[in-house]
Amino acid sequence: MTTMVMEREAPTLTATPWELVYQRPAALTDLPTHYCPGCSHGAIHRMVAEVIDELGIRERTIGVAPVGCAVFAYKYFNLDSCEAAHGRAPAMATGLKRVRPDRIVFTYQGDGDLASIGGNEILHAALRGEQITVIFVNNAVYGMTGGQMAPTTIAGMKTTSSPMGRDVLTQGYPIHIPELLAPMPGVAYAVRRSMHAVAEMRKVKKAIRMAFQAQLQGVGFSIVEILGACPTNWHVSPTDALDYIRDRMLPEYPVGDFKVDARLRD
Amino acid sequence: MARELWKGNEALAEAAIRAGVDAFFGYPITPQTELLEYMARRMPELGRTFLQAESEIGAINMVYGAACAGARAMTSSSSPGISLMQEGLSYIAGSEVPCVLVDIMRGGPGLGNIQPGQADYFQLTRSAGHGDFHPLVLAPATVQEAVDLMTISFDLAFQYRTIVIIAGDGALGQMMEPVTLPPMRPPRQERPAWALTGVDGRQPNIITSLYLDADELEQVNLRLQAKLARIAAAEQRWECYLTDDADFLVVAFGTVARIARTAVRTARAAGIRAGLFRPISLWPFPAPALDQLAARVKGVVVAEMNAGQMVEDVRLIVRGRAPVRFLGRTGGVIPLPDEIASELTHMARIDAHANGDRG
Repeated sequence: MTTMVMEREAPTLTATPWELVYQRPAALTDLPTHYCPGCSHGAIHRMVAEVIDELGIRERTIGVAPVGCAVFAYKYFNLDSCEAAHGRAPAMATGLKRVRPDRIVFTYQGDGDLASIGGNEILHAALRGEQITVIFVNNAVYGMTGGQMAPTTIAGMKTTSSPMGRDVLTQGYPIHIPELLAPMPGVAYAVRRSMHAVAEMRKVKKAIRMAFQAQLQGVGFSIVEILGACPTNWHVSPTDALDYIRDRMLPEYPVGDFKVDARLRD
Repeated sequence: MARELWKGNEALAEAAIRAGVDAFFGYPITPQTELLEYMARRMPELGRTFLQAESEIGAINMVYGAACAGARAMTSSSSPGISLMQEGLSYIAGSEVPCVLVDIMRGGPGLGNIQPGQADYFQLTRSAGHGDFHPLVLAPATVQEAVDLMTISFDLAFQYRTIVIIAGDGALGQMMEPVTLPPMRPPRQERPAWALTGVDGRQPNIITSLYLDADELEQVNLRLQAKLARIAAAEQRWECYLTDDADFLVVAFGTVARIARTAVRTARAAGIRAGLFRPISLWPFPAPALDQLAARVKGVVVAEMNAGQMVEDVRLIVRGRAPVRFLGRTGGVIPLPDEIASELTHMARIDAHANGDRG
């Protein structure tokens, strides 16, 4: 690759300042996150915040944080937010949205939180077609407690609570959340995306935007599942973690649109 | 104002509506279901929020969310459902948002039955969830009192940013009595400064019960305890019936207290100077008021529809100054006035015997 060096004059103090084109979104605080190197949460937080800024809804958005690695999401989003009990974020978001239908309400949940202990809450929020947006990060393990098996753990994957590898005959099969929710009439948008490559990350952000758009249009429940990396608990390097998503997780969790309401427009 | 015949559960619902409840989230369970059914009809009529949740866990977390938005939010349930709500109650207490809960208690443990019970006294006053907190627990004995307590419950909840529980039992929930309902309060538009409304023009509001730093969490707990101490000092409620000259005291709450009134009259007809002390606030327990009576009575009978729960509080207050007898019926069996009266008779006879009167 060749590098082009632009010849240009140094700006003088009186010249128009350079336009800052990459900066912290207003919907993020300037607090450094506690996430591990190579974790996808930080980048996903940023994309959610960018979307909130771009849609111009920061002043009327309320976030609901989960229990799990993203438990402090409320510190990182520069929004009104609250912290739910483990798995209960969709119920809490339901309460918020029902009494403030003019506000934009989203939950940010991991796979243990949403797909295991919060299975009933997410299922029924989707069934009711709650006008909320769910950002669902799937890294196939319980991260915060140290890498135990989650309902999303893929077959054969070694975790601290499936040390011989997940045996699906005794420990059950991986759960596919957007595929499960997509057939429900109340669901307007149910897709899966992945963080394993830059081109894929662009699609993640587009999907997050569509999910918020669904709520703004009032067409129903929206959820984006995002395959994220957990190098710490997968015991691989950050770059190998991206390959792990591509080679191991994608075959089990294909990216795709499982439901896109015809009324949705970008 | 007109007196009308109302069923307990429905009167509680209408009283909550007139007290300005914005949102009701609930799940059916006998013997409180009429409250939910009433709300299902009435709340949408008034343009307010009603939602039948997927479970009591869902319901209490919806209440939590609506309360975070500054709404007057409530739910109602019965014993097994309250067990499921304990997680949410702990979070609500930890994050200091106000809400109101109605518990129409039934027989337990387990699925128990749908008959009246008071066996959740410990659960409501001592262990409504993990961690150090107490809800404000109010125990009406009549449908009118249920209406009156419901009418002030949201103000108490918001004044202290605390959980207020109206603790009734299956008998109170199901019985019909004449009541006078309060006037309809106009809906409230403003939201408290701490509520989640969107950050428009201000710094973010954050509602959480998570404090990883030990010193910080201890400070939060000290603040919570200071608040509970203020509630304990200011919100004790009780009723005395014929206690001025009483030698023997019945202590009972809720439905049992009504039965005890008859027992007190029966005992008085037999020449025993009996009186009734009825705690209305179960937490805070009206300890100083009972303490004064305990200093001068010859005996105390505690009657409950459980195997002996409030009696522990009573013994702590009486401190051995008078004998304390316990009469408990469980499983949904309601004690009869004569059972309580015979406890009083028995106690009076023992006292007379101890004082040398063998007549």
